Amino acid sequence: MYKILETKNLAKSIYLFRIEAPLIASKARAGQFVVLRVSPKGERIPLTLAEWDPQRGTITIVFMIAGATTCQLSKLKEGDNITDMLGPLGNPTEITNYGTVACVAGGFAIAVIRPVVKALKEAGNRVISIVGVRTRDLLFWEEELRKESDELILTTDDGSYGRKGMVTDPLKELLEGPESINRVIAIGPTVMMKFISLTTKPSGIKTITSLNPIMVDGTGMCGCCRVSVGGETKFACVDGPEFDGHLVDWDELMSRQSTYLDQENHAYKCLTGTGEEHRS
Amino acid sequence: MNKPKINRVEMPRQKADKRKGNFNEVAQGYTHEMAKTEASRCLQCKKYPCIKGCPVNIDIPGFIKAIRDDDLPGAVGVLKKDNILPGICGRVCPQETQCEELCVFNKSGNAIAIGRLERFVADWELKNKDKVKPVAVSRSTGKKVAVVGSGPASLTIAADLARMGHDVTLFEALHTTGGVLIYGIPDFRLPSEIVGEEVDNIKALGVKVELNYLIGTIESVDELLGRFDAVFLGTGAGLPIFMNLPGENLSGVYSANEFLTRVNLMQAYRFPEYHTPVKVGKQVAVIGGGNVAMDAARSALRLGADKVYVVYRRSEAEMPARREEVENAYEEGIEFIFLANPTRFLGDEKKVLKAIECIRMELGEPDSSGRRRPLPVSGSEFTLDVDVAIVALGTNPNPLITSTTPDLKTTRWGTLVCDEDTGRTTCPGVWAGGDVVTGSATVISAMGAARRAAVDIDKYLKGDYIRPGQYWRESKGEEPAE
Ligand SMILES: Cc1cc2nc3c(=O)[nH]c(=O)nc-3n(C[C@H](O)[C@H](O)[C@H](O)COP(=O)(O)OP(=O)(O)OC[C@H]3O[C@@H](n4cnc5c(N)ncnc54)[C@H](O)[C@@H]3O)c2cc1C
Ligand code: FES
Repeated sequence: MYKILETKNLAKSIYLFRIEAPLIASKARAGQFVVLRVSPKGERIPLTLAEWDPQRGTITIVFMIAGATTCQLSKLKEGDNITDMLGPLGNPTEITNYGTVACVAGGFAIAVIRPVVKALKEAGNRVISIVGVRTRDLLFWEEELRKESDELILTTDDGSYGRKGMVTDPLKELLEGPESINRVIAIGPTVMMKFISLTTKPSGIKTITSLNPIMVDGTGMCGCCRVSVGGETKFACVDGPEFDGHLVDWDELMSRQSTYLDQENHAYKCLTGTGEEHRS
Repeated sequence: MNKPKINRVEMPRQKADKRKGNFNEVAQGYTHEMAKTEASRCLQCKKYPCIKGCPVNIDIPGFIKAIRDDDLPGAVGVLKKDNILPGICGRVCPQETQCEELCVFNKSGNAIAIGRLERFVADWELKNKDKVKPVAVSRSTGKKVAVVGSGPASLTIAADLARMGHDVTLFEALHTTGGVLIYGIPDFRLPSEIVGEEVDNIKALGVKVELNYLIGTIESVDELLGRFDAVFLGTGAGLPIFMNLPGENLSGVYSANEFLTRVNLMQAYRFPEYHTPVKVGKQVAVIGGGNVAMDAARSALRLGADKVYVVYRRSEAEMPARREEVENAYEEGIEFIFLANPTRFLGDEKKVLKAIECIRMELGEPDSSGRRRPLPVSGSEFTLDVDVAIVALGTNPNPLITSTTPDLKTTRWGTLVCDEDTGRTTCPGVWAGGDVVTGSATVISAMGAARRAAVDIDKYLKGDYIRPGQYWRESKGEEPAE
């Protein structure tokens, strides 16, 4: 059992949990994730680590309600337990001094790009962070990320804050601007990572994307998480989760991610009892 | 030829048209009366040929005699001395190619039903725990052993070492113990409660269990060696093999491991009460001809598929699956397409599987496995409309541990190089057994390997003998075929 020590509602339907998990905390590195089960009848879902504290023996996850399991998770309180948690899984983000790195996060992925930004800074990089959200209410940790980065650019789809538009707009301007960008790292919704990869492709700048396919075990046993990368099959949980965005078959990944949409909606309706379908 | 006076007693089974709609056990077990009749057929041969067919050398005539003499606690004692998982083995061991094959009545098709009797005794014990003496545990030696994995190999060695007085901790990556017994083999052949009960018996010997504990990630083997006196790797062969065909990653294409894990470990057949979904195909194709393929096909049918095909590249005679399971599958209405092999998976515009393209095969000269090699017949392609495909072509060991333990040598299939008699790997202080050494094999062979390793580890821990230099020598054994 993994005890929840702190919960926070960071923004509409986005939650932070700090959880007691000393072993995971002692080994975690930027870019890694855990697989957890909310209850004994629950499914196993992967969540990327947002923070960890080896001294206090805690890890922090941030998630958005996107279906039955995350909805159930959001209902847990301080002092409750998470039934199972396995981690840290996956390869850590490759960190060295690249020069200037653009870190792009979409939606609540702002939480998981922070450890990457911090590690890149420690390795001596100049880091330009670009964060895009649908609307201002979904933004959190702006000041923290601004302090941790050399520069922060914000976009909202509806123009309620920062620049109006998609993260690809400022990214494109950066690439066309005077400063040379040595690497792009993107975390967020799959469509966003696809378009970031398309944006950087002409310039050939290495673009690392953190994939989030459906997973079951997270240890390389089932192949549920497989993705085509450069024409080869990779298991995202053990070979990834980060891959060269220019080589990923994005449409295939999105198709695999929607395999259970009907069942997800059904489960969500059962859980909320509202008859309201969830749209992610 | 030996002929018994009475024939082998049949075991009641759920009728095919009923069982294909549920996940309850197909074979229902002997009644006490049936077991006594069956036991009475045993000749108690002086040379007990059956025991030679058992990888863990159960005293078969001994436990059968106890059934006959109405001494069921005695039968439990005899069985459990050599096999700590009788309820499991009685259900899933291929007795027809082991103990029963060597029974003097086998030639007349009437071998004593040793497996069914074993299951009967185990099931009796579960209902009569108070009547059975607990297994004796030796005085504590103060030695600590880490056992990685919790499949049949690990459970067996944990029990043996605990009985010898060692302090054993099991480390399992998943959230439940049992390995393939719990995530692979479906409830209609091996109910998870049976696995749970037998695991509880092992825990009762003082074995500690750490779940959600992935060795190689949370802790390396070298780190384990720092805090344990010996390490045993029973990590199985859990990495699914794919064919590298076009379209293999379309939505709707599963590995058998994923499909069965969803259905068994995660209980997706009870969705949404259990939260893990699985795609219920209308038309399902399972690719492969082993036990795993049969389990996947029969599970797909039970989930509600209209039509389930098994596509196998050789002919029926070469199928590695147990005969009994193939017959069960036929009875339930699974359609077999022999001498055919997929060439690609076809998807719609949304990259969702809609068909597989296969090619007809013919059998050529025998290959290294002794079976005739299947060869494609050019121009014979045909398509099969399916919305779910399950690839059941075998598994290799997961490289997670070997990639973080440089001292562990592997074969080109990723299996561990290891001394067959003792289970010693090439890394001092580390033993291994089961599928991680042999590649996918059987429950009982994994248990046999574990028992041999337990004897060796016990000697090592008691300091009985030390032969430096050749201690962790390399195997002379053959590399596994196919
Ligand atoms: C669907 C299916 C049906 C089968 N049917 C039969 C049958 O009818 N009869 C029969 O005899 N055999 C059958 N088999 C084969 C049999 O199940 C295996 O041979 C047997 O389970 C092997 O046992 P094992 O202990 O070596 O490994 P496994 O049962 O594979 O157990 C290995 C365990 O180790 C864990 N593990 C792996 N890596 C790590 C790590 N790094 N850290 C911690 N834990 C780890 C795994 O999660 C797993 O729980 C079947 C197999 C399958 C897949
Ligand atoms: S999640 Fe099962 S192999 Fe990656």
